[in-house]
Amino acid sequence: MNPFLQIRELKTHFPISKGIIFQREVGKVKAVDGVNLELQQGEILGLVGESGCGKSTLGRSILHIIRPTSGQVLLDGVNLTLLEPEALRSARKDFQMIFQDPYATLNPRMTVYDTLAEAFRAHFKVKGNAIKAEVVQLLGKVGLPASALNKYPHEFSGGQRQRIAIARALAVKPKLIVADEPVSALDVSVQAQIINLLAKLCRELGLTLIFISHDLSVVKHIADRVAVMYLGKIVELGPAVTVVERPLMPYTKALVSAVPIPDPVLEKSRKRMLLTGDPPSPINPPSGCPFRTRCPYAIEKCAQVVPPLEDFGTQFAACIRIREIQGLESVGSSRAG
Amino acid sequence: MATPLLQVDDLAVSFHTRNGIVRAVRNISFQVNRGETLGIVGESGSGKSVCCYSLLRLLPMPPGRIESGKAIFDGSMDLLSASIRDLNKVRGKRISMIFQDPMTSLNPYLKVGQQIMEPLLIHGSTTKAAARAQAIEMLKSVGIHDGEQRMEAYPHQFSGGMRQRVMIAMALITKPDLLIADEPTTALDVTVQAQILELIKKMQGELGTAVIFISHDMGVVAGFCDRVNVMYAGKIVESAGTQKIFEEPQHPYNKALQKSIPSLQQKGKELFTIEGLPPDLAGDLRGCPFAPRCAYAVDYCRRDPVELLETRPGHYSACLRVQRKEITLQS
Amino acid sequence: MESTLKEQPASETQVDIRPPSSLWRDAWIRLSKNKMALMGLWFLILLILFALSAPIIASRTYAYDKQDLSMTSAPPSGRHWLGTDVLGRDLAIRILYGAQVSLAVGLAATIVAITIGVLYGSIAGFIGGKLDSMMMRFVDIMYSLPFTIFVILLMVFYGRKFVNLFLAIGAVEWLTMARVVRGQMLSLKRQEFVEAAFALGLRRRRIILRHIIPNMLGIIIIYATLSVPSIMLLEAFLSFLGLGIQPPMCSLGVLIEEGARNMEESPWMLVFPAAVFSLTLFSLNFLGDGLRDALDPRASKD
Ligand SMILES: Nc1ncnc2c1ncn2[C@@H]1O[C@H](COP(=O)(O)OP(=O)(O)OP(=O)(O)O)[C@@H](O)[C@H]1O
Ligand SMILES: Nc1ncnc2c1ncn2[C@@H]1O[C@H](COP(=O)(O)OP(=O)(O)OP(=O)(O)O)[C@@H](O)[C@H]1O
Ligand SMILES: [Mg+2]
Ligand SMILES: [Mg+2]
Repeated sequence: MNPFLQIRELKTHFPISKGIIFQREVGKVKAVDGVNLELQQGEILGLVGESGCGKSTLGRSILHIIRPTSGQVLLDGVNLTLLEPEALRSARKDFQMIFQDPYATLNPRMTVYDTLAEAFRAHFKVKGNAIKAEVVQLLGKVGLPASALNKYPHEFSGGQRQRIAIARALAVKPKLIVADEPVSALDVSVQAQIINLLAKLCRELGLTLIFISHDLSVVKHIADRVAVMYLGKIVELGPAVTVVERPLMPYTKALVSAVPIPDPVLEKSRKRMLLTGDPPSPINPPSGCPFRTRCPYAIEKCAQVVPPLEDFGTQFAACIRIREIQGLESVGSSRAG
Repeated sequence: MATPLLQVDDLAVSFHTRNGIVRAVRNISFQVNRGETLGIVGESGSGKSVCCYSLLRLLPMPPGRIESGKAIFDGSMDLLSASIRDLNKVRGKRISMIFQDPMTSLNPYLKVGQQIMEPLLIHGSTTKAAARAQAIEMLKSVGIHDGEQRMEAYPHQFSGGMRQRVMIAMALITKPDLLIADEPTTALDVTVQAQILELIKKMQGELGTAVIFISHDMGVVAGFCDRVNVMYAGKIVESAGTQKIFEEPQHPYNKALQKSIPSLQQKGKELFTIEGLPPDLAGDLRGCPFAPRCAYAVDYCRRDPVELLETRPGHYSACLRVQRKEITLQS
Repeated sequence: MESTLKEQPASETQVDIRPPSSLWRDAWIRLSKNKMALMGLWFLILLILFALSAPIIASRTYAYDKQDLSMTSAPPSGRHWLGTDVLGRDLAIRILYGAQVSLAVGLAATIVAITIGVLYGSIAGFIGGKLDSMMMRFVDIMYSLPFTIFVILLMVFYGRKFVNLFLAIGAVEWLTMARVVRGQMLSLKRQEFVEAAFALGLRRRRIILRHIIPNMLGIIIIYATLSVPSIMLLEAFLSFLGLGIQPPMCSLGVLIEEGARNMEESPWMLVFPAAVFSLTLFSLNFLGDGLRDALDPRASKD
């Protein structure tokens, strides 16, 4: 079977310019730098990584909210990169994004009803009353009361806004959703509701989901596979449980060891693998392996070659020393999650 | 013990909107001691942010209105009734706040550098060059290392987590006595989060800063806070030391909340959630606000007024049945 | 296990929800609570009503060009409430006619300016790139044309008709509007809620009309309330050059101009038209401020 979503060599670079009148380009932020991914229909991919490593940008580029600099995105066999603007617009019915900062992405002058009704009208031909029923139902799905309809975004709490944003994305019944930290502003109980809802949509309606999150325990729970990003590149990819419980790449190890545990005694006594050194700037990334500047296992050779994403049987990882490191650590490796 | 740094009594805040009066915070009292970290967890929409905004009088008024209450800061000043001039001397200098939505407090049209330097230039007598150096230093300590260049960028050119770190830098740069942090690390990955929490802890150690820490991440709360208040529908329903909150919950809501934490549950199964919707905050609530969703609720829960009472030494609960010793919640 | 996510029970769906309130209705409710803005609104309405009924009033008292040669430059009295001008014409009637002309020119020209300016500016700003540069260069060129020559040309080619006067003014005033709107458009376009609307698959027209323009209204309204008086003054200047209103017709600007010349001997000739003019100005400003706040659901007073 052909994969539902294919991403080939996707790159998104932002030019940095200086000067007020005569703007000249002084460099590039390589926010996404050569990403390859394939997703089956109904699959949930967790996307994790350091803040600023390009997760949101990757999500936006996949959905062509920003045009990628190069590379291709094929959704259900259709090459989005080649679509004309109008065709792309109507194709957007099939893929939606849940944005990271809900307050910034809701129009301050539109009530919840207007916002959600607009989403319906954009792609379906429905009449007033039918829309109202749909909107109320949608609100119920994300756990908001019907009395929310006539309110403006600023009248809600952070988590309630997040749910409005989720409802808006679900309104057009898309086949692919990129959810950019959809649950990090929610209390654990509402978070569980939303996760159950998304998982159910994937299971029952074949929704494909890219789930960006910092919370590894959430990712481990909901995702089939996990991709770990570092400085615009995917550095580890594999089944969720494997990646979170037995990470290969040193960066993933550090990430996993920093996950807080909801138990005061364990949390205060446990050991973290603290990263030394500065996160490199995406404007001039280090040569070779992007992680080498902070990696406890780095050797000279790491500066010379860009490590490819290699297959290690259970998962893919981009590090030239994985076999040696595994030998070094033998049994007593850190565990968390 | 010495006087607490902040003593809040009987705080009530409501919003007078065209859809009725939303009573977002309903007569709560709590205190924060010097050097202490007070965690606030609870239902989304339960009034955590509103409570903190009202302490600095940052609510939009109207529709917001502080109906009653006192908030004595440092034993002398009532934040809720002080003049705006007095308040401005404290706000942003001795008390700073990290907001939940980065974009509400970052001006999209101003360069990030200008915004970080602003608190220094308003309150201190620093020169511009010194402020700039300090701002770059501060950006570095929140993990943004190319500060020189980033100072010239606008907020929309930052990633979500970087915006949040800019705000943290803005809040910490004046070295406040009290830091109010409203979900400060939601957009940060765990390694950066650990680094930021470390930074705040260091500041607490050096300067005795007290922190009010709102978070949904139970793991972070477990590791970072000394005491925790659990809020539901505008009320504090449980309050105790962190360890007790996690090990001996004294309120069914707290217990249900902890049951919903994903890392403690089996993969592939549906996550546990609390059934039903939180109550509509417009209008009066009779009895215990959690009763309609509570597995332990009996008739009088829906009828009798509830109060936060000490059920064990240092452990306060607003559950009537726990207070009457009819149920115990330990697992 | 049944999904724990509660779908709304059916009864809730049937609960009658108030009809969705629109931005405009909410705005009206908020505006009606703002006393200053309401006073401004009432003054303007009264002024417009009076100005419109000027011919009726005139038919019962004096025509605007009726000269009472026995009473030239007379101070206010029982016969002429606000006095007369140098030619013995009743000042009260002339102010009413003047207000009629000034308001018509001010409002009509502003509407012309806003319509063209908003459309032009938003298209340039929204599409951006080459089209934007071309459109804005055109605006720059128009700016650099001497305004008077431009108006004279218009008047010469199309005749000194009243309509042409405000067309001419509007045609110049839109330039500033276009620049303001383009700047706003550029910054609003970057806002994330616009990006979200775009990601939802909305048509461009809808994004502009529903997401961008409502968020620009504040600035447009402020600009409009500022430009009405400046257009009134512009009209006075043109009339002074002999390009605007022809005597014996008059406008507030012309009356103030005349009054200023006779300020020493007959101060009422300046005071009354100037008072009406300033009151109009204040009212417009209060109304403008009120509208701006009313249109912003987040507006708060400190
Ligand atoms: N300007 C406003 N007008 C009307 N109601 C408001 C306004 N601001 C907040 N509210 C209401 O007050 C209640 C408390 O909001 P608050 O922001 O304090 O919640 P919170 O506990 O911080 O939740 P979250 O965890 O989701 O951020 C919410 O139910 C919200 O709908
Ligand atoms: N419009 C833009 N112009 C210039 N640079 C940008 C723009 N958007 C993002 N960037 C840069 O691209 C990089 C990646 O940003 P992105 O938002 O994708 O990060 P992220 O992985 O989502 O981080 P976070 O977890 O903090 O949200 C950052 O260095 C950011 O500064
Ligand atoms: Mg992001
Ligand atoms: Mg909040």
